[in-house]
Amino acid sequence: MLKFILRRTLIMIPQLFLLSLIVFVLAKAMPGDAITGAFAGDPNATEERKEELREKFGLNDPWYEQYGRWIGNAVQGDFGSSYMYKQPVTTLLAGKVGNTVLLALFTLIITYIIAIPLGIVAGRWTDTWADKLIVTYNYFSFATPLFVFSLLMLFLFSFILGWFPIGGSVDIKIEEGTWDYIVSKMEHLFLPVMSGALLATFGTIQYLRNDIIDTKLKDFVKTARAKGVPERKVYTKHILRNSLLPIAAFLGYEIAGLIGGSIFIESIFSYPGLGQLFLTSIGARDFTVVTALVMILGTATIIGTMLSDIILSIVDPRIRVE
Amino acid sequence: MKDTVSLNDKQLMAKEKVNNPSFMKTIWREIKNDKIALGSLILLTFLLLAAYLSPLFIDQADITRVYMGNIYKAPSADNWLGSDDGGRDVFGQLMLGARNSFTIGICVTLIAGLFGLTVGLIAGFYGGIVDNIIMRIIDFLMVLPSLMFIIVFITIVPQYTVFNFILIMSAFAWFGKARLIRSRGLAERELDYINASKTLGTPSWKIMFFEMFPNLSSLVIVNMTLTLAGNIGLETGLTFLGFGLPTGTPSLGTLISFARNPDIVENKWWVWLPAALLILVMMLCINYVGQAVKRASDARQRLA
Repeated sequence: MLKFILRRTLIMIPQLFLLSLIVFVLAKAMPGDAITGAFAGDPNATEERKEELREKFGLNDPWYEQYGRWIGNAVQGDFGSSYMYKQPVTTLLAGKVGNTVLLALFTLIITYIIAIPLGIVAGRWTDTWADKLIVTYNYFSFATPLFVFSLLMLFLFSFILGWFPIGGSVDIKIEEGTWDYIVSKMEHLFLPVMSGALLATFGTIQYLRNDIIDTKLKDFVKTARAKGVPERKVYTKHILRNSLLPIAAFLGYEIAGLIGGSIFIESIFSYPGLGQLFLTSIGARDFTVVTALVMILGTATIIGTMLSDIILSIVDPRIRVE
Repeated sequence: MKDTVSLNDKQLMAKEKVNNPSFMKTIWREIKNDKIALGSLILLTFLLLAAYLSPLFIDQADITRVYMGNIYKAPSADNWLGSDDGGRDVFGQLMLGARNSFTIGICVTLIAGLFGLTVGLIAGFYGGIVDNIIMRIIDFLMVLPSLMFIIVFITIVPQYTVFNFILIMSAFAWFGKARLIRSRGLAERELDYINASKTLGTPSWKIMFFEMFPNLSSLVIVNMTLTLAGNIGLETGLTFLGFGLPTGTPSLGTLISFARNPDIVENKWWVWLPAALLILVMMLCINYVGQAVKRASDARQRLA
């Protein structure tokens, strides 16, 4: 057990190293550097002055020295500064990360609130009309592209019915900390969260349904029934305990999907988070921000996957064999 | 004596053919027996025929030409689905966009399929250390937030063309395929026919592509049909965000990207809504046919 955890954690080191190397190479390939960025729109900047500064900040050093310096700063949380917003990238991110985490968290919670009961119903009462309905829903949620679905939700509920605001994360006029503030925040979150969650249920429902159908026929379930355990208890105490645990472990795998989704959802609902920041920065060629975002979110997915692998190996020892 | 033997052989082979219909025949039988899959296939064929044959009826140059007096016209007899910000006919662009999106989806699926197949076969055939190294790399690549990387690559690539776009998308679409083919390949390499062929001295690449691959082909076909829809969705999504097809090559995503302006979402629905619905219908159809193909590949799941 301990050996598996140790080995799985060690694999992460070359992964993080590779990620940082790729991000660094990409950053170097991006047109312009920190100096061109800082002097954008400044008519007094001569080529000589820029060259002088490049020398001073070590931008003419060999790449491995630059890489070492960059990664050293990044580990300490210093990603340079954005030339568009004229502030350190870390400060910039700190203002947006809360919104994205909130969006991701609620999306996850709602996904599980929808998916777990549906998965259980479909698995327990296989081939009934309820199961068929759930399987159909699952098929739709798998096939529908997120951005099309989000747009249709926005069009229907915000524009035609007018039930929800058409964008933003909170009404500007409302004071922070009041009850109205929280209500307004929830109103703004509702549609983005539902759009993400209704489509994200696919994996969980599919997994639960299949797993319950498989577990139903296992010997320990037969034993429980033979002993006279009531049907309700067979499910709650025996089957579900077996099938639900791995779902907790899948959380870490969801991170990559949530990041991809946040780019579409935040752009469609003009929700000020990391996904939107990524798009505006890349549009404005503000590459220090882009580099930092790719590095941070990449690290997040690597760590998330590692945690999931470890939790899953504890919950289900069969996968530890490798 | 000899004649009877060969006759028997022939009869046996004929019988075998009847008992073991080709994969394509099984797929067709499966689709025929599933009314919704059959409907999806017919609808999809109809849509694609309309999109690919539309150049015969609609003047292509006319679609992309700007008519300043004709901006944002509501649907009428002249413009079936109205016109956009440049007075261009939306219906014509819809057909052109569907064609471009589908073609690119197919290209990405094929290129990624070929690449995934090669890597998967190599890992599965050699096994051991080769497999280990390839799999660690794929594990790493699969963890990356690929959407962000695709967008970054698209922005920094010099001379951005449709072809480059297809290559970048394919570069991030093969990991899952390679993993799938590798796991089946590992099981296949233990079988006698591979060992026999090795003993006879057949070169490895020949065993991989001409002996192993045919046995995995149904797996590849299933995977490709199922990922085709995903690739079309990703392409239109990227174009919607403004990181897809270069301007001048409209895709369905180009029309939907008009919806990033609230005024157009609300008041000029004819510009973006038809494209959004068309993508939805195409995705649903392709996936439904894909499900039928998947069932056909697994005898236990077949309905027919």
